[in-house]
Amino acid sequence: MAQPQPQNVFAPWADPAEKPLIRFEGVTKRFGDFVAVDDLNLDIYEREFFALLGPSGCGKTTLMRMLAGFENPSEGNIWIGGQNMKGIPPNRRPVNMMFQSYALFPHLTVWDNIAFGLRREGMDKDRMRVRVDEMLRLSRLEKFAGRKPHQISGGQRQRVALARSLAKAPKLLLLDEPLGALDKKLRQDTQFELMDIQEKTGTTFVIVTHDQEEAMTVASRVAVMDHGKLVQVATPAHIYEAPETVYVADFIGDVNIIEGTVIPAQGNRVDITYAEGKPPIRAATDKTLVPGQRVSFAVRPEKILVSREMATERTNAVKGRIEDIAYLGNISTYHVRLDSGHLVSAQMTNRNRLERREFTWEDEVWLSWTETAGIVLTE
Amino acid sequence: MNGRLTWFNVTSLTLGFAFLYLPMLILILYSFNESKLVTVWGGFSAKWYGELLRNEQFLDAFWVTLRVGLISSTLATVLGTMAAYVMVRGGRFFGRTLFTGMIYAPLVMPEVITGLSLLLLFIAIGLDRGIFTIVLAHTTFSMCFVSVVVSSRLVTFDRSLEEAALDLGATPLDTFRLVTLPIITPAVISGWLLAFTLSLDDLVIASFTSGPSSTTLPIKIFSAVRLGVSPEINALSTLMIAVVALGVITASLVSKNALRRQRREKQEAFAA
Ligand SMILES: Nc1ncnc2c1ncn2[C@@H]1O[C@H](COP(=O)(O)OP(=O)(O)OP(=O)(O)O)[C@@H](O)[C@H]1O
Ligand SMILES: [Mg+2]
Repeated sequence: MAQPQPQNVFAPWADPAEKPLIRFEGVTKRFGDFVAVDDLNLDIYEREFFALLGPSGCGKTTLMRMLAGFENPSEGNIWIGGQNMKGIPPNRRPVNMMFQSYALFPHLTVWDNIAFGLRREGMDKDRMRVRVDEMLRLSRLEKFAGRKPHQISGGQRQRVALARSLAKAPKLLLLDEPLGALDKKLRQDTQFELMDIQEKTGTTFVIVTHDQEEAMTVASRVAVMDHGKLVQVATPAHIYEAPETVYVADFIGDVNIIEGTVIPAQGNRVDITYAEGKPPIRAATDKTLVPGQRVSFAVRPEKILVSREMATERTNAVKGRIEDIAYLGNISTYHVRLDSGHLVSAQMTNRNRLERREFTWEDEVWLSWTETAGIVLTE
Repeated sequence: MNGRLTWFNVTSLTLGFAFLYLPMLILILYSFNESKLVTVWGGFSAKWYGELLRNEQFLDAFWVTLRVGLISSTLATVLGTMAAYVMVRGGRFFGRTLFTGMIYAPLVMPEVITGLSLLLLFIAIGLDRGIFTIVLAHTTFSMCFVSVVVSSRLVTFDRSLEEAALDLGATPLDTFRLVTLPIITPAVISGWLLAFTLSLDDLVIASFTSGPSSTTLPIKIFSAVRLGVSPEINALSTLMIAVVALGVITASLVSKNALRRQRREKQEAFAA
């Protein structure tokens, strides 16, 4: 999966000389008996756009709150800019946070909400006015400057919260699901704005999101969490194309998982037997596997070709019957039942108009993919 | 609501209100009685109110009561708000449950006991009884009412607002001053009004803790009535009813407003 790399690619995590901006060092957080964050080690570098992904309740907010100083780790240390944060209260940390619940001050206007942090800094009146107006323009809230939070819409409130946390131009900005309440168009615009802000200010962002598309769009690196642990930390492309575990593969995007046993073949290939009397799946892998080992073969739907005739130029080809078709406009997902009983999804772009579609329900089709289309996972 | 006025509803409403307000109505009526005899109606007149204004003793008592009320309710509001804040926000410190219980205990303590124990304390530490001791006593017993009112507002207060203020660089004190206090102000005001009204009303505790030079109005009225009810007393009582009614109405308006605002905040949270 070696891709041509552009010059001067931004990858401080790959450089051993680089000092991290944030370092989690064996951090554990317990609430009573419940372990919300479990012995976590993580480095985040300056100018990164770091996305935290994971199911609800896996500890994302808790991690953020420890960075901001609202919770103390039960064990371990957190370093920001080389300084141990132990005992440093939230108001003296170089961190601003945008809250999942926005936490706008209900008794202050939009303008005063945004100015709140600048006032605490003791910024002089003129500079503050300029700065707040700039923030209002950025978040397209000029018209609402004089309103109270209960007089604006949910999406506007979210933008106020964002503007308020950005106003102080912090070294590190924590965003807890910042764009959840925005419609798709506005969300994309805001994503690009965030990236733009980051380009200009060099702020480091840590962002929590439930939207993996968002994580893929904005993040320099993505961390997938589960039950208070980091499962994998890598670039979006790497996480998508080379997930290390079935959990990650399944969490990011759609994937077909087929379980089977390994028979090593020549080169760095393996054959995976997944059903009695069926030809095995042949896949390329770097892993050293022993014969008979149980593995999962993961292949994304868009890497599978659907055709009426057997596609001979591809190593793997199986026959099945279309059970269901999900039409999404630009693409269609075909759910195909194999003779072996497995249900496999395959995705095709809709090059023809709907009424001239090639395949329909109950059609017998061939599914085919190359050796390198999928990956072999051992856990 | 199917709010039809059936004869049953009308009767029970009339009876209930008559029970509550007939005595007061009679008192107010007789305060405008021309005759010196309380039980005989001699025509309408406001002359007893004029008499009242010339009665030095009553005027003195009035000023004492007002001063005690203002000072003690203000002190009680400050202390009660602080106590409420610690109880709701203090986290789990050692002895918190005990502390909370002890704050609320005076609510159910018989006033005689509160008064007596305060009297014993003042004697023990050699404090001369006067306005100062009444103020202390009233602060003590009305403070817990304030803390009940304020803490019930604080428990519904969105904690993340305070965190946001801290996050934006406000010190804990600034956070309280700029965020917490403005939002709980309606509750603090109703607490103050409640404390003020309680202080105005109090007879039992004041009679334990007052000195010869400092008599409050309720004490004055009580001792005057023992010598016979005079129309002047009726006039005075009518004035007190007016003041208390004003206080209660203001308090309920303030808290109604606050409730409306709170509901709005909640809607906001839902919308979010
Ligand atoms: N103050 C607390 N006391 C007890 N348990 C808590 C506390 N705060 C969080 N938890 C628990 O810790 C776990 C992680 O919570 P956290 O808020 O970090 O989840 P999250 O990943 O942000 O979830 P979501 O995506 O739903 O926001 C949850 O199971 C939660 O119930
Ligand atoms: Mg969360």
